[in-house]
Amino acid sequence: MPDIIPENSIGIIVPETINFDEPLELACGRALVSYQLVIETYGELNSDKSNAILICHALSGYHHAAGYHSEDDQKPGWWNNHIGPGKPIDTNQFFVVCPNNLGGCHGSTGPSSINPETNEAWGVNFPPLRARDWVNSQARLADKLGINQWAAVIGGSLGGMQAMRWALEFPDRVRHVVVIAAAMKLSAQNIAFNEMARNAIKSDPDFKNGSFIKENTQPRNGLALARMIGHITYLSDEEMGNKFGRTLSAGSFQQGQYTPVEFQVESYLRHKGDTFSENFDANTYILMTKVLDYFDLAREYDNDPVKAFSHAKCDFLIVSFLSDWRFSSERSEEIVSALIDAKKNVSYAAITSDLGHDAFLLRNERYEKILAAYMSRLLKDPEKPKHSVNTPEAVL
Amino acid sequence: MSLRTDLEFIQTWIAPNSRILDLACGDGTLLQSLKASSQIEGYGLEIDPEKITEAISNNVNVIEADLDSGLSQFSDNSFDTVVMTEALQAMRNPDLVLDEMLRIGENCIVTFPNFGNWQTRIFLATQGQMPVTKKLSYQWYNTPNIHFCTVSDFEALCADKGIHIDNKKFTADRFPGAWLKTLWPNLFSDTAIYMLSKHIGPNND
Repeated sequence: MPDIIPENSIGIIVPETINFDEPLELACGRALVSYQLVIETYGELNSDKSNAILICHALSGYHHAAGYHSEDDQKPGWWNNHIGPGKPIDTNQFFVVCPNNLGGCHGSTGPSSINPETNEAWGVNFPPLRARDWVNSQARLADKLGINQWAAVIGGSLGGMQAMRWALEFPDRVRHVVVIAAAMKLSAQNIAFNEMARNAIKSDPDFKNGSFIKENTQPRNGLALARMIGHITYLSDEEMGNKFGRTLSAGSFQQGQYTPVEFQVESYLRHKGDTFSENFDANTYILMTKVLDYFDLAREYDNDPVKAFSHAKCDFLIVSFLSDWRFSSERSEEIVSALIDAKKNVSYAAITSDLGHDAFLLRNERYEKILAAYMSRLLKDPEKPKHSVNTPEAVL
Repeated sequence: MSLRTDLEFIQTWIAPNSRILDLACGDGTLLQSLKASSQIEGYGLEIDPEKITEAISNNVNVIEADLDSGLSQFSDNSFDTVVMTEALQAMRNPDLVLDEMLRIGENCIVTFPNFGNWQTRIFLATQGQMPVTKKLSYQWYNTPNIHFCTVSDFEALCADKGIHIDNKKFTADRFPGAWLKTLWPNLFSDTAIYMLSKHIGPNND
C-alpha cells in the first residue's frame, strides 16, 4: 500500500476461491471434471441483485482489478483507475465481480494447477480453451453468486471479445455490454505477433516442451521475450518516442572512446519482460494467445456479424483509441456497424490518445467521462431483471 | 421539453416506429424527443466529444463519426429517414452528403439557415462585410459554416440532382405567424426545412 491510502481506492481486498464440482464441457470436446475460479468483488450486491457488473480481464490480466492486497502492496489492481468509489465503475453503486479466467495462472484452474488424474501439473496437457468456455464458467459463477442477470459485462481487448461472447451465449443474462479496444476477430498481423511470442517461449530450452514445472525449471527468457514483443505492440510509436526518445541509460557515443551504449527503451523493455516472466506461467501465456487467435465472433453464425449480434438482447457501448494499432478503431467500427444493422442499441466513442492499445488501462479524461456517463445510465435503466433463470441459492 | 422550431416540424414528418439516422445529432435532443413521441429507433452521429458524452447521458444511441469522411459504413436503404439539422452548411461537400443521405434513407430531412434572408442581405448590402447575425454569430474566418446557401440555391441543387422535394417549411423568428415567409421564403425565412426523396414517380407532385 502506498503511504496514504487514496480516498477513492476500494482499499484492501481479499480474493476468494470458488470451487465448482460439476464437470464443465469445453469447446474442444474435453471436459474439466472440477475447477476453481479465484475472484475479487468490490461494492455490495443490492437486494434485487440488479447491480452486478462482470469485469473480463485481458491477456495477462487477472482477478485483481482494483484496490490493494496488503499494506506493502506498491501497486493497486490493473483497472484501479476506473473501478472504485466515485470512479466510472462506481463501487458505491455497483457490485463488481472480477474473476481470473480459467486457464490463468493466478489461482484459477490452469496449466500450472495439478491435474487430479495424474497428480502432476497440467502443463501443455491442459485443455485448449475458447472464450465461450470462460463465459460458461462465469455463468456458473453468476449462479453461485445468485446473480440472474449482469447489469453489465465489461472488458477491454481480449476481455472485450469475451464480453461480446457473453451477449451472444447468454442474451437473457446481461443488460449491457461494454467493449473497449477489441475486435470481432484478430487480423493476420495480430495472429503473427502472437505466434512470434509463442515461438519465443517454445525456443527457450527451459520450456521443456511445456513440462517445465515437472522438470523444475522456468522458461523465463522466452517468456520475457514474448512479453517484450507484446509490449511493443501495446504502445504507439508516438508514446515510445515521448517516453524514451533516443535517451541513453548507459554508455556514450563520444568519438575516440568506446563504452557500450544502451538506450532507455532497451532497459525498459527488458525490465518489463523480466518482471512479467517472474509472475506468469508460460503455458498460460500460450493458452491465452491462442484463445485470442481462435476467437471469431461470427464463425458459428455463417460468418455474418449481423446475424451473430441479432441474438443479443443487451445494449452496447463500444470504445476505441485512435493510436491503438493492435486493435484499431476500424475494428471497433466494424462492431458498431454490425450492431446498427442488427438493430441493437449502441453508442461508440473513438478516444484521442497517444498511448496505443494500453490506453484502455490508463487514465484519460474523455474515456472516463464516456464510461461514467454510460454507467450512470445503467442506474436509470428501466429494465430490471425480467427473465427468470433457474439458479441455485447463493452460496456466498 | 422545448424544442427548436425546426425540430418541432421534423417531429410531425416522422412516421411512428420508423428507423432514424440523425447526422450531427448534438446531445441527442431530437432523437430523445422522437423516441418519446413516435417510438422511433434512432442512431445519431456526432463529432463533438462533449456532445457525445451528453447524448450518452441522455440515453441516445450516439456514434462518434466525422461526416466529412463519408458514410460508407451504412448500407443502402438501411434507414427510413436520415435527418440533418443545421449542419449541411458546415459540410465539406454538402452535395455528396445529400447523395449519401438519400442512399441510406428512404427519405431525408434537412434544415439549414437561409442565407438569402433579408437580414443577411441588408447586412452585406449596407456594411459590405460578411453578415454576422444573432443566428449566424461567427466571423468569416472562424465560422464552421463553410457552405452557406439560400433557399433558391438549395432548390436549384435538388433540381440538378433530380431530388424530389416531398415537403418544405420555413421558419422566421421575427415573423412567427406571418404569411411573408411562405410567400417569399428566400427573403423572409431564416431556417428552411426540407423533406426529400430520391423517387420521382408519376404520382408524385
